[in-house]
Order: sequence, then C-alpha cells, then structure tokens
Amino acid sequence: MGYPHKPHAKETTVLSQYFGDREATTLDGWKKRGGYKALRTALGMTPADIVNVVKDSGLRGRGGAGFPTGLKWSFMKPGDGKPHYLCCNADESEPGTFKDREIMRWTPHALIEGCAIGSYAIGAETCYIYIRGEFTEPIARVEAALKDCYADGTLGKNAMGSGKTVNVYVHRGAGAYICGEETALMNSLEGRRGNPRIKPPFPAVSGVFAKPTTINNVETLAAVPHILNNGAAWYKQWMRADNPKSTGTKLYSVCGNIQRPGNYEVPMGFPFKEFLYDLCGGPLPGRKFRAIIPGGISVPIQTVEEAEASLMDYEGFVAQGTMLGSGGVIIIDDAQNLVKQIARAARFFAHESCAQCTQCREGTAWTTKILERIVEGEGTTEDLDTLLEIAENMTGKTICVLSDSCATPVVSGLKKFREDFEALIKKRKHHLVPAVA
Amino acid sequence: MKESTPQYFRPEITRESGDLHSPAHASHGDLAHHHEAYKPVFTTGSARRKELDEILTRYPTKMAALLPALWIVQHERGWVSEEGMVEVAEALEITPAYVKGVVTFYTMYHQHPVGRHFIQVCTTSPCNVCGAEDVVDAFLKHTGCYELGQTSPDGKYTVIEVECLGACGFATPIMINEDFVESVTPEKVPEILAGLA
Repeated sequence: MGYPHKPHAKETTVLSQYFGDREATTLDGWKKRGGYKALRTALGMTPADIVNVVKDSGLRGRGGAGFPTGLKWSFMKPGDGKPHYLCCNADESEPGTFKDREIMRWTPHALIEGCAIGSYAIGAETCYIYIRGEFTEPIARVEAALKDCYADGTLGKNAMGSGKTVNVYVHRGAGAYICGEETALMNSLEGRRGNPRIKPPFPAVSGVFAKPTTINNVETLAAVPHILNNGAAWYKQWMRADNPKSTGTKLYSVCGNIQRPGNYEVPMGFPFKEFLYDLCGGPLPGRKFRAIIPGGISVPIQTVEEAEASLMDYEGFVAQGTMLGSGGVIIIDDAQNLVKQIARAARFFAHESCAQCTQCREGTAWTTKILERIVEGEGTTEDLDTLLEIAENMTGKTICVLSDSCATPVVSGLKKFREDFEALIKKRKHHLVPAVA
Repeated sequence: MKESTPQYFRPEITRESGDLHSPAHASHGDLAHHHEAYKPVFTTGSARRKELDEILTRYPTKMAALLPALWIVQHERGWVSEEGMVEVAEALEITPAYVKGVVTFYTMYHQHPVGRHFIQVCTTSPCNVCGAEDVVDAFLKHTGCYELGQTSPDGKYTVIEVECLGACGFATPIMINEDFVESVTPEKVPEILAGLA
C-alpha cells in the first residue's frame, strides 16, 4: 500500500498488505494472518525442492542487481560438511529507497520467516540480518520479533519441532553506505572495516568467515513465504505477457517533488506513467516533473518522456535507458536546480567511498568539486569534458560499483540535461564581461 | 553549498589543556568530564559483560562482536574514547590499533564527546529537493550551534548533516540520538527542541 496513505485500488498488495497494522508485528498476530505456515511446510521439504520452487517462481533479487534468487541458492551445496551462512542485507541506504524499512517496521515476522526458509534451503544454521545503524525502530521491532520466536520454539536448535537448527540474529551496522555492497557487508559482519572484497572468490564459495554464504535483500526474503504458500505459478501471474523474465510484485519507494510520496506495491510490468500520475498523484501544484530517477540514486536519470514510456520491470526500465535498481523513485521537478542535485549526489558518493580504489577515491572527490564549482557559477565548458573523462576512468575499473554509481548521474545528466549545465556556465561569462561600453 | 564534513573551529589548544583530537569538545570550553578516569564497561559479572558474552555465542570469531561491543561502549559512555577502544580490544583479543581502524571507518561512532542531543539532519538529494538545507539552518539557529559539527555552548546540542537516513518519503527526516523524527520543516524546529529535556 502507499503507506502512509491508504492502499490505492490499482496496487497489488502482497508484501505490503499489513503495513500500518500494528497487530501484524506480533507473533500471535502474524500467525493469525497465516504466518509461519510456509516455514512449517519448508521444514518438511528437502532443501533442493525449496530451491526449485523459488527457481520456478522467477523471483529475482530486489536489492538492485536482480540476480535470480533460486539460482543463487542453488550455488550452495547443503551437506558438504562446512558451515553455511545466510546474510540478509537490510543495510538499505540507497538514497530514495525506504521499502525494507517498512517491511521490518510492520512485518518483521515476514522477514524472519523468509530468513528461516532461506537458511534451511541453503543448508545454513545461522542467518545474520545486517540492519543499518540508523534504523533504530526496525532493529527494535525485528529484535522483539526474534525474541518471541525463540521463546516460542519457532527458531533455535529444534525449530518448530523439526529437529533442525535455525538461528537468526540481528547485526547492527554503524553508518556506512558501502556496507550494503555484499562483500563489504561480510567484512563489516566479521568486525572489519567495510571495504568491498575482490571477486572471485564469490560468496557462495568463500563468504563470511570464509564459508559458503548467500546474501539476499529484505524484500527478496520477505517474498519467499508467499511463494511457498501459494506456489510458483501463483507468483508468475504478475508479469508482462511478452516478458517472463520479471515476475511477481515489487515495492517502490517514491520520494522527492511529488504529491503523495510513500511505498507502493505494483505487479511487474505496470506502466510507470500511470504509477506516477495516478497512484502517486502527479507533480506538486503549479509544477512539472523535470527528471526522474526510478531505482535509487545509482541508476541513470530519465527524462520525463523516457519515464512515461517505461514499463516497471527489470527489462522495461533498461529499454528506457535506466535500471529498476532498488525501486527508489526520486522525482525532481522544474523548481529545482538539477545540476545542484547531481552535485549533491556526487557529494554523497564522495562521502561514502571507502577509498580503497584510487579511481573511486579521487574520482568521486574531483567530480564533486567540479560540479559544485559549476553550481556556484564558476564553471567552464572544458569542465564538462573533464567530468566525462573522469567518469570514463571511474567506470568498470574498481573493486565494487560505487565508483560507477557516482559516474552514472553525471554521465546521464550531461547526456540528457546538458542545457542545464551550459546555462550555469553561461551565467558566469555574462558576469565577467563588463556591461559598460 | 554546505560542507557535509564538519568544519571544526579550532581554538589554540596544547597537549596539556586538552585532547588535540577532540576539537568539537575542546571548543565549548567544558573539559571537566574529559579528564574523568574511564570507567570500564565490561567488568566481570556486570550486565553489559553478560550481554557481550551472549553476543559472542552468535559468531564463530570473537572479532565479529566488534561492532556490537563498540555500540555498547557508546551507549554507556556517550562516545568511544581511546580507553574504550582499549577495553574492547582486550575483551575481544584484538589490538587497540585494529579497533581504532574500525572505529574510524564508521560514521556513527563518536570519537569525541558530543552534545546531549545529537541531531542528524538528512540532506541527500531526495530530501534536498524538499528543502532539507532550510531545516539544517533552522536547527543551527535555534540550538545556538553556529557551525555544523559544533556543540552548543551549553553542551546540549550537536547538529550535523547526515547522508541518507533511509526515510526519503518522509522528508526531511532527522535523528535525535536514537530517535527518528519524520517530515520535519523549519517551522517545526522550535517545537521539536522544546520537547527535548
């Protein structure tokens, strides 16, 4: 639902159906709503069968990369004699995204159930939910829910009387965007600085504590109980007829200059135009949309025309020059200085760079300096070429993609909104030429 | 454009008069509690020691309890001092230098004392387009902290800009110590501050 608003008639609420319902946060309330039925079913199945159901459902990672979840789980080999780990990535820190926060605040048991099923499916006895440090309320809710689960015997050495061990713990982060990158998350979990690791080895081979590990996003894991309860075919009812690669429902966080910001859940393939103007209420009175970032600040900026032509799924957004990303829709309208916002995005990345790779450490900082100079009216036309050159050097050359993410708004912004940059640069020239004859 | 990294006002301080590495603290003139001897947090038999022991059972290595242990120290002492780092290092059998390396990576551990109410205002793009910078200005004005990162003369407030609090739909979100306040506008600032003890 469009929490904090009432659900819109065009929404399909699966993950968000209990947002705003305080009773659903409790163990009893969750069981009354059909909770932990899926875990009971799962514990009676073989891990391979669970993986196959998830594979069939077409569920893909909701954190940004969109990797097929069932396939990721199939890389783990339960029974190989090694301890396995499941990490739930709840370090939601992509600007524009606040969906996992609502899942954890309103339906912590949905996440815990997904974690328990996932752990069993990949042969892990331990799951860590890595929650960003700023999320004090979600942490409190998930921890309270876990306490009830242990007291009730739903989790622990003999989970639901199955004889299987399923432990789920919360690990609190301490303020670092980069810890949402899966290998940085693992380092942070081990008590290290959150520097991303070079891949390979991939986490499924050597992850946290050098053991086979799977990392899944909150929204991905929260969807798993629904899939086990209702079947893969049920989940696949939500997809475009011409695109079977994206299935199910997706939560979008909408923010910025728009009438009704909030979380909305729609099926894959939903028209973005209808979403923006109908569900979210369109632009603020007297204003017009100027630029739209549909998947968190790391994805390319769209023009309004591109956005209006987009269909909301992994492939639909790619077809319109951007990506689904994490589903954090940021709206910038005509009352804003777009270049200033791009500079602000670059400053975000400069602040969050772990500084391991030179291209990123230097690139994010210089990009920010140049952009801020342009915003202040001190820019030159050559600056635009320099920005593109720096962006080129920042893309595909580092351990993780933070560097690429900083280059993305700059390159897409320059490509699609060059006139905004040029207008700021021109202003300076007028300033320098004396007006007196 | 405001700096998101705090620009500290650095008065003349010597090694005798204060810690060179805690300018924000030294600048508001109240050095008294800085000279108080550090009280250990994880003393044998204490509730916090038991809490740490329970946390240690969750991980295959002791080092993995580093972030949780630092959180405990910060809750108890208000910040993570060098002595606090040494205590954590001893509890987890790692070196103090290693602990410091980790502490300095994460922005949420305070490496110097901060005001009683530590106010973080999100100013990243989604909030920025909704007027977050005006909220920062209002906080700086009404708290008497004249600069970001600076503690007010009464030791009550510290205001900083923070990168994305993950509540973009409720612009502008702020955090006061461990509490979230959503949809803050400059007009609401005096009322929010009045509600703080």
